[in-house]
Formats: sequence, structure tokens, C-alpha cells
Amino acid sequence: MSDTVSGPLTSESIAGAAYVVAALLFILSLAGLSRHEKARAGVIYGITGMVIALAATVWLTVQGAWGTGHALTGLALLLAAVLVGGAIGLWRARVVEMTGMPELIALLHSFVGLAAVLVGWNGHLEAPALSAELMAVHHAEVFIGVFIGAVTFTGSIVAFLKLSARMKSSPLMLPGKNAINLGALAAFVALTVWYVNDSQLWLLVVVTLLALGLGWHLVASIGGGDMPVVVSMLNSYSGWAAAAAGFLLNNDLLIITGALVGSSGAYLSYIMCKAMNRSFISVIAGGFGIAAPTAGDVDHGEHREITAQATAEMLSNASSVVITPGYGMAVAQAQYPVAELAHQLRERGVNVRFGIHPVAGRLPGHMNVLLAEAKVPYDIVLEMDEINDDLGGTSVVLVIGANDTVNPAAAEDPSSPIAGMPVLRVWEADNVIVFKRSMAAGYAGVQNPLFYRDNSQMLFGDAKQRVEDILRAF
Amino acid sequence: MTRIGIVAELGQESRVAATPVTAKQLAELGYDVVVEKGAGESSSFPDHAYVEAGALIVGADEAWGSEVVLRINPPSEDEIGRLADGATLIGSLSPGLRPELVEALAARPITALALDAVPRISRAQSMDVLSSMANIAGYRAVIEAAHEFGRFFTGQVTAAGKVPPAKVLVVGAGVAGLAAIGAASSLGAIVRATDPRPEVADQVKSIGGVYLKVEVGEEMTSTDGYAKATSEAYNARAAEIYTEQAADVDIIITTALIPGRPAPKLLTAGDVAGMKPGSVIVDMAAGQGGNVDGSVAGERVVTDNGVVILGYTDLPARLPAQASQLYGTNMLNLLKLLTRDKDGVLRIDFDDVVQRSVTVVRDGEKTWPPPPVQVSAAPVKADAAQASGAGESAAGTAAKRSGLSPAGKAWLVAAGIAVLFGLNAVAPAPLPQHFTVLMLSVVVGFYVIGKVHHALHTPLMSVTNAISGIIVVGALLQVTSENPVMQILAAVAVLLASINIFGGFAVTRRMLAMFSRADRARG
Repeated sequence: MSDTVSGPLTSESIAGAAYVVAALLFILSLAGLSRHEKARAGVIYGITGMVIALAATVWLTVQGAWGTGHALTGLALLLAAVLVGGAIGLWRARVVEMTGMPELIALLHSFVGLAAVLVGWNGHLEAPALSAELMAVHHAEVFIGVFIGAVTFTGSIVAFLKLSARMKSSPLMLPGKNAINLGALAAFVALTVWYVNDSQLWLLVVVTLLALGLGWHLVASIGGGDMPVVVSMLNSYSGWAAAAAGFLLNNDLLIITGALVGSSGAYLSYIMCKAMNRSFISVIAGGFGIAAPTAGDVDHGEHREITAQATAEMLSNASSVVITPGYGMAVAQAQYPVAELAHQLRERGVNVRFGIHPVAGRLPGHMNVLLAEAKVPYDIVLEMDEINDDLGGTSVVLVIGANDTVNPAAAEDPSSPIAGMPVLRVWEADNVIVFKRSMAAGYAGVQNPLFYRDNSQMLFGDAKQRVEDILRAF
Repeated sequence: MTRIGIVAELGQESRVAATPVTAKQLAELGYDVVVEKGAGESSSFPDHAYVEAGALIVGADEAWGSEVVLRINPPSEDEIGRLADGATLIGSLSPGLRPELVEALAARPITALALDAVPRISRAQSMDVLSSMANIAGYRAVIEAAHEFGRFFTGQVTAAGKVPPAKVLVVGAGVAGLAAIGAASSLGAIVRATDPRPEVADQVKSIGGVYLKVEVGEEMTSTDGYAKATSEAYNARAAEIYTEQAADVDIIITTALIPGRPAPKLLTAGDVAGMKPGSVIVDMAAGQGGNVDGSVAGERVVTDNGVVILGYTDLPARLPAQASQLYGTNMLNLLKLLTRDKDGVLRIDFDDVVQRSVTVVRDGEKTWPPPPVQVSAAPVKADAAQASGAGESAAGTAAKRSGLSPAGKAWLVAAGIAVLFGLNAVAPAPLPQHFTVLMLSVVVGFYVIGKVHHALHTPLMSVTNAISGIIVVGALLQVTSENPVMQILAAVAVLLASINIFGGFAVTRRMLAMFSRADRARG
């Protein structure tokens, strides 16, 4: 890039200044998003930062290559790409169902991954004039960038497929899966060394394929129930991919932003892990390092069924009701009738609250978004820790499409695969009504003794229809 | 085998210290149970019911001669004399209020346990007779008030006109107060409640009452589970509230007690005079001096302006069957604690805070008052200890899973630092700077998320996703390359990243708009 402006105000220095501003705005944006009151301002900061960054970069590019033929082509391509991409993005954002949010976010992560791969490939093709030492660094950066990008890409694709039920959500259990992951990493290191010494295109192809395979395998070995962690982990990976691209392109903004996203995503995953009592390390490594759940043939006894009518009667006599929704509510699109149920009960003077397990749904905070969509005031939507101690004095708990997050085995059975995972202690309530399609086990593949408790009753069928039945019975 | 004697009560008392149900359970602890003839009569537990439960019906002297004697009310002097040497007497002895009784008991070579001195800790709740009796008394106070009150509690619209709901003020939201609030609100009345402890506001609300806060900027949290005396500013403001409320409400139920002190006078004669004729006051503290000017313990008083003041002190005994059952269960739970091995042998362990607290006299030696028990703080500490214990075990399992001892972790950290150091020392020009930027940004990233509100996880994730579309900058720098292949690749990358940026920000805004609607609906 040549300087077309003389004096201290070169296009680079202006762009650099713009990047600093953009980076600060991104930090403000993330900070804002951790609180309700400042959340909308946070988004504005983010958008402003992005506009500044893009404007500066476009200007830099135009300044650098103005007047040449390929620059014109490039600009035309750029314009077209931004228009098409922007249109697709806005369209998807407008039409997406709130229940489909996890899929959308997983898919978006894959785009960042793929873009990072492409930028890395271009880094190989570009071959800048550099000293031998810097050339080696450059090659390593290309490799690392492509690797992280490709892992993010296929990992996100698999997450997307699992979340949208286009792929079986049970974990893939290849023999020696940890060896496969470690082997892939070792191969990556070896290939990097080779590539640094002899930058052959085919090596890049091999590492891309290797990383694609690894990303696929990592996420495929994780069950659908653990997707909240996976999605935020991929979020983190997509940040690291951007940071790697920043090293490659010598661009501080990319490094800063990438690292911000990477570390905040990792922190979110860490919160999720704590909520599930999983080891953070084994999540990052993929597959959680858990053994296949042993199928317990314990006879739990009989479960009891209840009708929608009887449920309605029980609810209208209750003094306090806690609703604990799970992914099943999202699947059945039951958030509107559930919100209506809560509303009607509140009108009758029943103290209705929602208890949200940190990993309910397929995305961190998924249930909160759905309930907010259905206009449930957020002050009655409580976190697990806020409501757990109150469950003992609650008349009725409605478990709507949740399973593992309310499983007493986690608290009481040390041999259970989910032992130690903090759960909503719904079984302490006077009555528990479980909305469920059948008696099948949850995503963790663990049978739920809750269903067989004396104070539990099952209400089988589609959650949305059953809740509507209850509303009619009032 | 140790013999437990259930003796009859004196005078008007209609309760009994064990019901057939609890007598049977006492026998299961290994005791021989004998019941004084007719002891359960007034609680509707005839002698034959005890016989069916496996107890023996005996005369008064034989019952009093048992090794363990169960009682509700404190014994008279004669009755203390009837106890055998070495016997254990268990009952509600109110040792704090009746030092002379404690002395009389200590004059004999006996052991006396006061069931009403159980400390207010969670573990001892199953033996807390004050709570279980207060619960009954609170309910009964409302029933007594309803009986005197010449109107409906609930509001109605009838063909004969509209009936306004009764307004009830409950003073003191302890166990009795809460029971009264619950009973009155389930009868349909409008219920208000006052209490110097602001933390009870939620409890009041949860059972249908409205908490009237005394605003003086003074908060009182209790450490022993009971309300304490209040400051003057507080009392002045509270008095105003009582005067205002007295003129407005139809029924007042007062439950304010301070342990070891006479009950505070809360309603003056003027307040009572300001009430509407036909209004009812139930002074549940009448036995301890009363909260209301003009109340007489155990009596029904009608004031000049037609306000009925009930000073009944036997409210629990007015539901004798229920009260006996709950009292008997409390008694049983204490005996379970004292009979760890279910072998019919009663042992008192002074290291156990519950057993220490209830023991008033041991083998003729006065052990009252017991060392104070901090109940508010103690459970918190215990919880914290449990929590930290859980944390440790979680950390332990985590370490086990990743196969890292603390030393291994330290090595890992050291190795990480060494690697960074080496990289920075060896790497050529721009790299060390980049590392600095990277590391600082990582730290900022961690801290900036901080205590993210759980409801905002999804919006946060979608906004970080949009921001990670910054990869577009890389692609932009490459799009004007001379190499057409690069141009195409870069353009595709720009397209993908644009989807992210636009889609991510748009979807976040959409989500947040929903949250804000909930916000406005609330505010």
C-alpha cells in the first residue's frame, strides 16, 4: 500500500486511529450487553464501531489501489458482496423464529469460520515481499488462521445440523475419539513446521481438510443437550479465527476484536460449564471426555398420568406456581400459550414465576428470549439459584419440555452420568406436573426418577396443545 | 425399659401431650407408654384409642411416677412433688418468664426439659412448639374475630346490595401473624400487616397480605429469629400508622411479643376509641401484658364505643385435637433426638445445641439460661461451609478429570509464561506488539463480560457474533488484489462476513426490543 497523502496524516495513520475508536466501541458494546438497561445502547455502540471500521478500511483500500483496473473490479465485487450479504443477513434476522435462534447463531458462526479460511488462503496466494524470518512467521500465521477457521466452520455446521434436527443429536462415539483429536492436533503442528519450511499449496489443502474433519468430529461427539456450551464455544472459536487473521494481516483491530469475542465467548462457555458441572478443559477439547452413559435398568416404579382438566383445577387452587421450561417448550412453540397461562393465573392472584436453568434450551439464555418474545415480564423470570430455595414451598411446578435440568438423579445419585450438575429441585414442591411427549429419556440419555415420584404427574402430548387445553378448561 | 407417662392437664386446658398416634410412635422408640385415665378426653381422644395404640391406662399417681413425664403446661408445686427421683419432665415450662418455677424444679433431683425453649434453627423446627401453637393460635384468632364481627369477611355483590370486604390489620408477622393473615385473606378480607423486620414483606405478600412499611430508614434484621425492641423514631412513626389504620380497619389482630420482656403496648386507648363500633380486636399478646390498651388476659371486653377486645390466652387450646396432635409430634421429635438408638433409653447430650437449650434442670442442677444460639448467622455460616465444601469437591473432580494436581497446574502456568516469554524474545518485529495487544484484549474481554445477566446470554452471543464479522476487514484489504482468484475468494469472504454483521446486529436489536417491551409493561 502506498501513501497517497503526504505529511503526518497518512491514510494508514487515519485508519489506525479509526481502528482504535472502533475497538473501544466494541468493548463498550460488550460491556453494555451484560445489563438490561444498557443493552440497546450496547448494540448501537457495536454498529457504530463496525461502520467506522468498515469505512476506514474501505477508504484505505480505495486510497491504496485507486485508478487500477483490478481495483475497480475489486470495488465492484466488494459492493455486490456487501449488498448481497447484507440483504441475506437482514432477511434472515427478520424472519427467524425466536425458537430457531440457536440454529441461526450457529450458522452465522460458520460464516466467520469460512471467511477466516478464505482470508487465510488469500494470505498464501498473496506472498508479500518479506524477510525470510518474517516469511516464516507469515506462513505459520496462514496455517493457524486456516486451521482455526476451518474447525469453526465445520463445527458450526454440525452444531447447526444438530440443532435444526437435520442430524441425529446423540453424541458420535468413535472408538478412541480423544486419540483422534490429539492426533489431528499433532498432525497440524507437524504440517505447520513443514509448511513454514516449504510453503506448498497442497500442504494448505491438507491442513484445511484436516481441520474441517477435526471440527466435524469435535462437535459431532457432543450430544444435543450440551449445545448451549458448544454454541458459545464456537462463538469463542470464531473470535480466535478473526484474531489469527489479524496476525496474518498485521491488523490490530482484527486482533483486538477477535480476542474480545474469543475471550468473552470462552467466559460464557465457562459459565455454562459451571452450570452443568462439566470440566471447562474437556469442553474446549470437545466431547466432554465423558463415557457413554450406562443404561440403568433400575425399576423406578409407576408414573401417574393427569388430564389437562385436572391440571387446570389444581392450578386454580394453587397459591404459587413455578414454571420450568426447557427445550421442549421451544420445539412445541408453546411460549405464547405458556405466557397466557402465566398471565391468567396471575390475574387470579396466583404467584407465578419462571425458573430458568442456565442451560435450558439450546443456547445460553434461550428461554429468556422466548419468554420475552411472549411478553412475560422479566422480573418474574428467575434464575435457578434465585428460585431453587423457594421450590419447597411452591404448590405446583409445571415442567414444560425440560428433563435433565430437573433430574433429581443429578443431586441424589452419585453414579448418574449427570451427577453433581446443579438442577432445579422441582421435586421439593407439593405437586409437579411434567409436560412430555413420551417417557423417553432426555438428551443426556439418563432416565429421570422425577417422573416416578409420588408428587409427580405426567401430562403427555404436545406441550402447546396441552397448555391450550388447560386454558380452555379454566 | 423406660416408662413414659402422659399425665392429665390442670384446669381448663383441653390439650394433651400425646395423642394415640404419637403414643404409638413413642412406643416404637422403645418406651413403655402409660396414659393417665381421661387425659385425652377433652381433646376427643378417649382412653380406648390409647389402648388400641398400645398404651396402658393407669391412675394419676402411677402416671406421675414414670421415668419420663410428658406435659403441656408447667406442673403445680404439688405435681412437682409427685415426680419420682431421677425422673425427666418435658413440657412447656416458659423458664424465661417463671424463674420461681425453675427454682422449684431444681429443688428436686430431677431433669426438666422446656419444649418451648427450642432454639429457632432449621434443624429444630420440627420440635418448635411455639411455632406450631402460634400457627394454630393465629388461625383461631381470625375465627374468634369472625365470630364476634357482625359482617362478612369477603366482599359480595348481591341482589340486596353491595357488601364491602372486611379490612383486617395484623400486627406482627411472625408465625401467628402469618397464620392470621393467611386465614383472614382466605376468608376474603383485605389484610394488612406491620412488622419491624422488613424481610417479612415477601412472606406477607405470599399469603395474601399487604405489608405496611414503617419508613424511618431503620432496618432491623434479627439474629435470633425473633423481633427485637425498636427505636423511638420508629415507634413514633409506627404509632401514627396504628392510629390511621385503627380508624380504617374493622378487625385488628396483634401478635407482637419480645422474648423475655412484657409485650409492647402498640394500640392506645385513643386508637381503640377511634375504631368503628362493632370492630373487633384480638390481642394475642394479652397473656404477656397485651399489645392493646384495655385488653384483659383471658377476657372478652367491650369498650364504650362498642369495640370488642378479645384477650384469650388459650387460643391453641380452642382447637384441642389439632393442637394436641401438633404438640405431640413436636414432643415426639424431641424424644427421637434424645433417643438416638431407639432403645428406650433417654440420653441428653450437652454438645448438641438443641438439647442444651431445652434443658432447664439436669439432675437437680439448674442449667438455665443456656448459652445464646445465633440462628440467623449460624445457618448462613453452615451454608457457606457447605457451599465451599461443594466447591472444593467440584474443584477436586475437575482436577481429577483433567488429570491435573495443583503442582501440575502451576507447571502449566509456568510453561505458558515461558512460551510467551520465548516467543516475545525470539519473534521478529511486529509479533511482540501483536501479542501484547492480544493478551490485553483477552483480559478486557473477560472482564467486560463480568456478571452478565443470565437473560442476556443470547443477545450477547449474537452481538459478539456480529462483531466477529470484523473478519470482513481482512477480506476488504485483499479484495483489490491483482490476483483474480484472490479477488473472488475475498469477495466471497466479504459476502459471508456481511451476512454475519448485518444479520447479527439486526437479530440482536430484534431480541432486545422484545426485552424492552417487557420492561415497559412492567414499569
